[in-house]
Amino acid sequence: MQSPQSEHEDFIHSEAFLHRLMRRQFRLSAACAAAFVVVLLGMPLMNYFAPELMAVRVGGFTVSWLVLGVLFFPFVWVISGIFIRKSLRMEREEAELALEENRRRGV
Amino acid sequence: MMLMTVGAIELKLDWWVVVLSGVTVAVTIWMGFWAARKARTASDFFVAGRSVSVGWNASAISGEYLSAASFMGIAGMVMSSGYDALWYPVCYACGYLFLLLFIAGPLRRFGAYTIPDFAEGRFDSPLFRKIAVTFVLFIGFFYTMPQMNGAGKALAYIIPGLPYWVGVAVVGAVITVNVALGGMKGITLVQAFQYWLKMFAISVPVFVLVAVFGGYGSQLKANVTAGEKAAGVTVVEAASGAGVKREALPPSDTAKKVSVPADETWIAPFGPRSSKPAKTAQGAGVKIEDTRPYALLWTYSLIIALVCGTAGLPHILVRFYTNPDGVAAKRTTMWVMILIGVFYLFPPVFGVLGRNLMPELYNGASGVKGTDGSVLKLPLLLGGVWGSVLSGVTCAGAFAAFMSTFSGLLVSITGALAHDIYGRILRPQSTPEQRMQMFKVFAFVCGGAAILLGLVVENFEINMLVGWAFAIAATSYFPLLFLSTWWRGITMKGAATGMLAGGMLSLVSIVSTMFADNWGADGLKAWYAVHPLVRTLAEQPAIWGLPLALVLMVTVSRATRATVPADVRRKMLVLHAPEALGLKEEYIKEHEGLGH
Repeated sequence: MQSPQSEHEDFIHSEAFLHRLMRRQFRLSAACAAAFVVVLLGMPLMNYFAPELMAVRVGGFTVSWLVLGVLFFPFVWVISGIFIRKSLRMEREEAELALEENRRRGV
Repeated sequence: MMLMTVGAIELKLDWWVVVLSGVTVAVTIWMGFWAARKARTASDFFVAGRSVSVGWNASAISGEYLSAASFMGIAGMVMSSGYDALWYPVCYACGYLFLLLFIAGPLRRFGAYTIPDFAEGRFDSPLFRKIAVTFVLFIGFFYTMPQMNGAGKALAYIIPGLPYWVGVAVVGAVITVNVALGGMKGITLVQAFQYWLKMFAISVPVFVLVAVFGGYGSQLKANVTAGEKAAGVTVVEAASGAGVKREALPPSDTAKKVSVPADETWIAPFGPRSSKPAKTAQGAGVKIEDTRPYALLWTYSLIIALVCGTAGLPHILVRFYTNPDGVAAKRTTMWVMILIGVFYLFPPVFGVLGRNLMPELYNGASGVKGTDGSVLKLPLLLGGVWGSVLSGVTCAGAFAAFMSTFSGLLVSITGALAHDIYGRILRPQSTPEQRMQMFKVFAFVCGGAAILLGLVVENFEINMLVGWAFAIAATSYFPLLFLSTWWRGITMKGAATGMLAGGMLSLVSIVSTMFADNWGADGLKAWYAVHPLVRTLAEQPAIWGLPLALVLMVTVSRATRATVPADVRRKMLVLHAPEALGLKEEYIKEHEGLGH
């Protein structure tokens, strides 16, 4: 895909590309992690400060049992599904962009 | 068959249980030999030629991950301590999200056989490889002990009267031979098969039990909450609109160490498990309101240990190298979360059913005689042949559980010894064939050591041992992997300091509570008694251990800034650049050119 002799001058090996790539990757990961962490760490807080609400029965379950024992799993699948779709698209974009930039620079 | 089964019950030896467990073991051995014929090269042995498909690999990772603690322990924990125990299955499954978001892709792109390979490659430091290897061995052997423990106890249930050590020795020997002959490739197939076996074995009995005795929700409803109790709702039939039958709970008996939590503390958060350190500290007369802040702290620390610990378990991480590329590594992780998540819906159902239908398991006994036996014994309530068959199915699942986790651990421990210690440290000039020979030798050595360790821990609780491994992984490997994939300023000294300090201090603090409780350190026990906060933090160290490791890594790295690897930008590029750019091959080629 690229000629070995020019590899240290081209865009792919530049600081600008690495910085931008890592920044985009980390932002996406951190956003997904935040959605997960807010719910995960929010659960004990809800249990602590709103025990009556969390003890309300839904189909025999208490709310806190239903959320933790059942609903939490699909929630995490949704986050990871969104992450994978977005991250694959983003990396494809970045790869195309980098190769395009290299072609433009004529390396 | 009918007559045989009837006779077997009289003999207390259930042939269905024996046959189905035996078939599981036989199929495991057969698959190992079958796959061994296909494993030819050194690469096959270490990482299955890095060509395992997403579906196989996800099943295999899940099969390896779902251990005896998951299969039997979670149901037992939910039965004995209720809501607090639900955090375990949830965090065991959701820890993979952190792995997916921050670690799986970059690690796979870097292209190394093991975590020590990564440690050395990332910091260009053979010394750091040695430190990383010791942690692989350390965590691996810690995690092996509960598997052996589960094996001994389950076999003693299946064949009444069989001594604990026979179970440990038999299961240990079978898996050791299997690993030695097939390496990782054999294990991938066996693991994948065992995931589906475990899934079948946990779900089908639940469906049948729920159809006969009433649903998950209505079973749970038979346990009144504090609010319902205040409103005058009483237990048993009155509470169960759906007509769920419930056996009376036995009384608690402190002399026999029998503790039966009341409904309102069992079904609610901050119950017996999370408030235990504070209660132990403050004595029996403590009010539940006073323990709640400590229970909250305990819960948070447990969550951190389990979520970050999952992302740092070396025997799980080594599996990511069997993906063909970073894209497949991400897809695999997603599927693992689905496969494991679905599995973890079921064990708590056993716990709830056990509380309502088999309260005699609250007898203070350890292992399968107590609440840990609920998964194996509940199907017997169905009576007749079907009860026996389903109990046999859950026993087969339990066998699959400790066999698969033990094989995975053995592969990672043996791999660390053969590939890192022998291949890189002792005999760097050895040929791939010699390393493959040593893999077999080390498999027997490690298998033997694991059996011996298993014999030592007969009277320990499975989940306590598992908890140690997770807490150590969360405070050592996780911060290492996280910072070295995302921060280029980290140096070898910084990483090593943080990893050693975090891991070791966590271990010391956990062990100190064990000494205080079980091994006669009365002075320490008395001191902990007046310091419930310290006691809670010592029992669940992740909440301070992880930040400590991170802070140490950052400050020491800043202080040793001059030793940041010279080509760190290149390394970061290899870790993060999409595969389409083909940077990894280029990097490897350059390094080979330099004589690496």
